[in-house]
Parts: sequence; C-alpha cells; structure tokens
Amino acid sequence: MQRSEALTEADRLMTICNSCRYCEGLCAVFPAMEMRRSFTSGDLNYLANLCHSCGACYVDCQFSPPHEFDVRVPAVLARVRRESYADYAWPRALAPMFKRNGLAIALTAVLSIALFILGFVAFNDPTALLQSRHGPGSFYALMPHNTMALVFGAAFLWAVIAFVMGARAFWNDIGEPHATLTRPQPLLRAVRDAGSLRYLDGGGVGCYNEDEKPDDTRRFYHHLTFYGFLLCFASTSVATLYHYLLQREAPYPLWDLPVVLGTLGGLGIVIGPLGLYAAKARREPAMMDDGSRGMDVAFLAMLVLTGVTGLGLLLLRETSVMGPLLALHLGAVFALFITMPYGKFVHGLYRFLALVRYARERHAAAV
Amino acid sequence: MTTDGDIADHAKTYDVVVVGGGNAALCAAISARRAGASVIVLEAASKFYRGGNTRHTRNMRCAHDAATATLSGPYTEEEFWDDLLRVTEGQTNEQLARMMISKSKDMLDWIVEQGVRFQPSLGGTLSLGRTNSFFLGGGRAMLNALYLTAERLGVDVRYEAEVVGLEIDGTRFRAAIVQQSSGRMRIRGKALVAAAGGFESNIDKLVEGWGDIARNFLIRGTPNNRGTVLDMLLGAGVDSIGDPTQCHAVAIDARAPKYDGGIITRLDCVVFGIVVNKHAQRFYDEGEDVWPKRYAIWGRLVAAQPDQIAYIIFDAKSANLFMPSLYPAIQADSITELAGKLDLDPDRLAVTVAEFNAAVRDGSFNPDILDDCRTENLTPPKSHWARRIETGPYYAYPVRPGITFTYLGVRVDHEAKMMMKAGGPADNMYAAGEIMAGNVLGRGYAAGIGMTIGSVFGRIAGTGAARHAAQ
Repeated sequence: MQRSEALTEADRLMTICNSCRYCEGLCAVFPAMEMRRSFTSGDLNYLANLCHSCGACYVDCQFSPPHEFDVRVPAVLARVRRESYADYAWPRALAPMFKRNGLAIALTAVLSIALFILGFVAFNDPTALLQSRHGPGSFYALMPHNTMALVFGAAFLWAVIAFVMGARAFWNDIGEPHATLTRPQPLLRAVRDAGSLRYLDGGGVGCYNEDEKPDDTRRFYHHLTFYGFLLCFASTSVATLYHYLLQREAPYPLWDLPVVLGTLGGLGIVIGPLGLYAAKARREPAMMDDGSRGMDVAFLAMLVLTGVTGLGLLLLRETSVMGPLLALHLGAVFALFITMPYGKFVHGLYRFLALVRYARERHAAAV
Repeated sequence: MTTDGDIADHAKTYDVVVVGGGNAALCAAISARRAGASVIVLEAASKFYRGGNTRHTRNMRCAHDAATATLSGPYTEEEFWDDLLRVTEGQTNEQLARMMISKSKDMLDWIVEQGVRFQPSLGGTLSLGRTNSFFLGGGRAMLNALYLTAERLGVDVRYEAEVVGLEIDGTRFRAAIVQQSSGRMRIRGKALVAAAGGFESNIDKLVEGWGDIARNFLIRGTPNNRGTVLDMLLGAGVDSIGDPTQCHAVAIDARAPKYDGGIITRLDCVVFGIVVNKHAQRFYDEGEDVWPKRYAIWGRLVAAQPDQIAYIIFDAKSANLFMPSLYPAIQADSITELAGKLDLDPDRLAVTVAEFNAAVRDGSFNPDILDDCRTENLTPPKSHWARRIETGPYYAYPVRPGITFTYLGVRVDHEAKMMMKAGGPADNMYAAGEIMAGNVLGRGYAAGIGMTIGSVFGRIAGTGAARHAAQ
C-alpha cells in the first residue's frame, strides 16, 4: 500500500531520531522507537498515538527548523495521529467525518439541538416550552424519562460499539497480540500513566507551548477537562441509579450528589477546555498540525457547550427558560455522544491503548 | 585592534563581557552574575543556532566518588587523569588538567543547580554509563536551561552580535566591537571572557594546518566557529597553545551536509566490517579495540587516505549490530555490484574481500568483548570481530573525516586567565571552552571532555572575571 505523505515524513523523522536518541528521557515515544530499527505504518501509528504533544523534543532538538533536517516531531506525529483516527473509524462510511471535522461536529450539534427543541414543541403543548416549573419531575414534563433514557442509552451504546471497533482496528494495525489486554500489569500501568498524564510534562519540568520555556498549564487544564468529564459522567450515572433504584426524580436539591458531581464536573469541562484553547492559541505553530485545528477546537467547543448549558440549567431551572435550556443541554450532550467516535475524543482511547502496549513492551525489555 | 570613528558606544560599561554563547560562555556568564557582576553575552548566532557546538553535545565527563541516580558507579579523579593521560599521550598540562578534574566533581551538582537535568546514559552508549553524565534532552536542552537561568539572573544576552574587533591595550581588555544588523557598537567591559569556540568551520584556516586535504573535511557542528576571536587575541599578543592540526575528528557518513550534521551522521560499524580506501585497499586494523576507545582515531585515518574518502564494507550478518544512522547503507547483492555503486574497481574490491575472507580464523563472535575472531597473515590485520564477508546482501557506508573541534587555542593559567606571549598573565582577559581546550587536551579525545573543559573553565573564568571587575 502506498504510504501517506505524513507516514513517509514520520518514517524519515524516526530514522533521524533513532540515530540521535538525545530525547529518549523525555517521554515514552523515543524509548518505544528505540525498540525498532525500521518502522512499519503500524509502528508509526503506534508512536504517533503514544505522543502527548508536550513539545519538549521540539525545543530540545538541534535539527528542528530552520535546520535543514527540518525535524518537527510533535507536528508530524499529530498529523499521523489525525489520519489514523479516520483509518480506524467505524463504520467506514463515517471516516469522512474527520475530513472537515470542525464543520461536521458543528452541524451535528446544531441539528441535534434543533431536533430536541422541535421535539419538545411537537410532543407538548407549544407553550409548555416556556413554562416555569418546580420540583421533582419538572424535566420529564418536557421529555418523559423513559424516552430520555432510551435516546441517550442508544447514543451511548452506539458510541461504545464504535469505540470497540476503532480499538480493534488500532490494535490490529499496530500488531499487538490480543492477550496483552488480558494482563493486569500493562493495563494498570497505562491507567496510572494516562490518569496522571505522565508524559505531558516535558520530561519533568512541564510541557512546552510558546517557546523554549517550560510551562505546565496544559496538563493542569487537561486534568480539569478529563476529570470534569468523568464527574459529569458520574453525576449522570448516579442520577440514573437514583431514578430506577430509589425512584427519586430529577431535578435534585443543590446538596445532592448528582448536582454536586455535575456542578464540579461542569466547571471542569468549561474551565479546562477554555484553558486548553488559550494555550493552543499561543502555541508555536511549528509544533502543531494545521489540519487538526478544526477537530481540536470543535471538541473543546462541544465540551464547553455541554458544561455551560448544564450549569445554566442548574441556575435557571426554576425559571421560564428552563425548557429551551434543557433542549439546548440535551441537544449538546446528544451531539457530544454521537460524535465522540468521530472527533478528538478518540485520542484518549488510542493513546490509552498505546500506553498499554508501551507498558507491555517496556516490561518485556526490562526482564 | 584599531577602530574607526563611526562606531556607536554602548551606554553601559559591563563588569564582564562574554564573547560566545555555548556551554563555556554561559557557565562563565552565570558564575560572574552570581558573583555580583553585570554581564553581557555576545552570541554571533541567531537564537535558534545559539550555543555553538554545545547544541550537538549530549554528555560531560565528571569525576565522582560514588554512583549517583544517573551514573552507574564511581569514577575517581585518578582514573579520570589516567584516561586523559592515555588519550593525550602526555600532551596535557598536568597542573591544569588535575585542577580541572578535581573541580569537575562539583560540576555535577552545580550544573544541575543552573537548571540542567541529567539522565542515565543513552541507548547505544552503555560504555559511558559510569563515567559520563548525559543531558536530558541533549545539548540544546542544556543550553535552553542555561540561557533561561542566565536571563532570570539578569545577564544581558545579544544574538546575531558577532564580535569583529577587540580593543586591547597591552595586557588589558577595554572593549569589544560588535557587528549587529543596526551597525557597529563598542561595548566596554572591565573584564573579558573569551568563549567563542575553535576554528574548525574556517576551511581556509584548516588548510593552513592540514594542506588542501582539509577541503574534503566535513564539519560536524556550527558553521560559526571560524576562529576570528582566537585570531584577534593571538594578534594582540596572547600566547598560543597546541598544534593547528590537532582536533577531535571521527569518520562520518560522506553524504552528510558540509556543516551541522551533528550526531546522526556518525557510524559505529567499522568494527563489524572492513574499511577500504578509493583504491579498494584496507589501511588499518578495524578490530584493534572496542569501538568507544577507537572511534576518535578514524577521522585522522581517513584524512590520510587519497581524496579523504573511505568505505566501510560489511555483510548481512552485521547489518543490525550497530546504532542506526541518518542515511541508509548502500546495498548490493554481490561485492562487485557494490563496488560499482561505490565507484570502486570491482576486481580490486573482490580481491581485497577474498584475501580478507581467506585470512579470517574462526572464533566465537562476541561484539561485547575483545573476541577471538581475527585474521592471520594479513596486513593490516583485523584483530577482533573478523568474520568473512560472504552473506549477501552486502552493504557499504562512504565515510569522510568529520571535525568536531580544534585544539589550537590561547594559553591560560589556573585561573583561566590568558597568558601573554611576552610572559605573564593578561590583566583582565579570561578564556574558557574550545578556545583554550588545547591546554588540557593536546591530542586525542575522550567522550564528554569538551564539555568538562567548557563548564569547569567557564565557571572559573566567570568567577575570576567578576572578582577582577569588583577590584
């Protein structure tokens, strides 16, 4: 098969880097590279997804531009990564979602929100949308809980199936045995490395963004985003359990667990992505893949939209704008879920899997 | 040095003017600043290319009495001295060298305090794991840390500020003339630290020492080390030390760019094959000793061959035994086809390989030790790792001498103060790094020693210059 331009360039860079090795202490990519002498496309996709884009190898490289060797590892691996997302997308027919990802995500979000507003209006009295309500069950006056659970359950299931299929494609491409996923050591190691963003620290001093001075803000904001997302997910899960096990209906009081988790998580997925966006706006262009910008920004925007509408709903749930806000929030969440397998979210999946493989390889090399 | 009238005077007189921007210069600038001096660093290169050859380095050799987190065992002062004595064959100033080695012990901590980080030895360099401290991220990472520290301390740094003149009265430095895009500027200082590197990038100057063969040399590092500051100092009566033909040179891939190819053009496969010149003749024992002890002689060996070119030839058995490098090996299915690709006489290469193969005595091949695979009745012999070149495909790398740095420099005393030709030390002029490396390293090379010279003498020079300025 003809190699893409990005893979060809990544191959050239890895050959240079493997001859130099000065960066091997910075992250996982270079030690993984050193275990190889030549690089298949699967190897390169593995290395690209292992890269956290901390930027240290760019500012430390004696061959980065304007040097004639033009070594730009973070940017080239980002491009390989982006192209690999499309390669692993399931079903294949949706791979073009990655082509103009910003536009695709924006359209999906708008359509999804419009659908919820129309749905609310169509299935209810047209004035119901702008009525103020109080107490448990007020959300479900607009959309019955079972309908909500069915719609979002289906969206979630779809995303999970797409992730599993994508993960299979990645695993097969990099040529890792399935048995690795059944062993606890690499999985636990990868959970620790991903959970702490171990490799987004420039080899110890913090990642690099604008210049050769380390600054650690991306790791901090990514933690806010990721753990905020997990808290939101936990909030929804707890609420579902409340509903079915305890027969307690939303909205819940402010002190109650789903609201506390959701509020903290909501703040995380608003502040985190805004911080990441600000860092991106300042980032040295030579460290970035131009083609990834739309995808990156779209995902950040979706998180912020989800968080802001959720927090807005909390603040204004007893007023007459509750209805439109609920439609907005549910539309955003629905769009987030159904687009997760076709956007930046998948970076977490493939990077985690790459870390699992790295943990296995590293362990094997050490014994 | 004389100057004409249209040179603007910089408003400020600095305590210490540092000429150069590499490891030695920054260690001097930081030390001087920490001692309370006002300091300016004049770097000829742009910000990206700052730091001269330090950009391409990766480790420094420091004595230490015990293993550390990144060093696998002790390396005593005495052992360091023995190594230095062996590689220089006595071409060293024992007093200076022993002082440097003694002070190198403190460098491990001091350089970390300046923000530089170490890691265990790099993949492919295990033999240096006990003696040499590797910079996490390499030489440019080290420079980034040193510049960050220097700027934080308030050292003024000027890029693209080439020193084109030095105003020296007798033994006393007065000012440096700097060429910037905006014009020429006179920067006065109470003391000078010259840390502007050697002259390996100045081919004409190399030709003076080596003759025309130097035109075929490749320069592994910065194109900025043209020796202009060294010339100014020698012209002003500073005493010189060292031999103009002595340098650290290795055999690197002949396809490398003329300048700045750095580490990735080196080839570690000499011991696994044979090396022939353009007449397809062998000329030296490729298996004389383990590669880390011998790689530094091959630059000079190839320089002595016609047209300063040679070819490392090996077969499929050895293809994966050494560190990869930038350019792929030239490959062929037969020795004669390989000769054709290399523009060598196919019959002669076939004879050379056949004679070598016939002389090989079987042994148990082990690349990690001085094994018993050797030739008999062959001139020159191959003493170890000799295996018949008989398993296709066959491979070759063309190699040329690649110069890393030169040893001719200014003579200094134990305070890193320059010595005058007329006798006695200069009043306020100090030197550090490659520009004075010849004081310690008269010939030969030991990995990481250039950085030791730079850091230790840089720190001494900076401290001394600050002290002098405060008087």
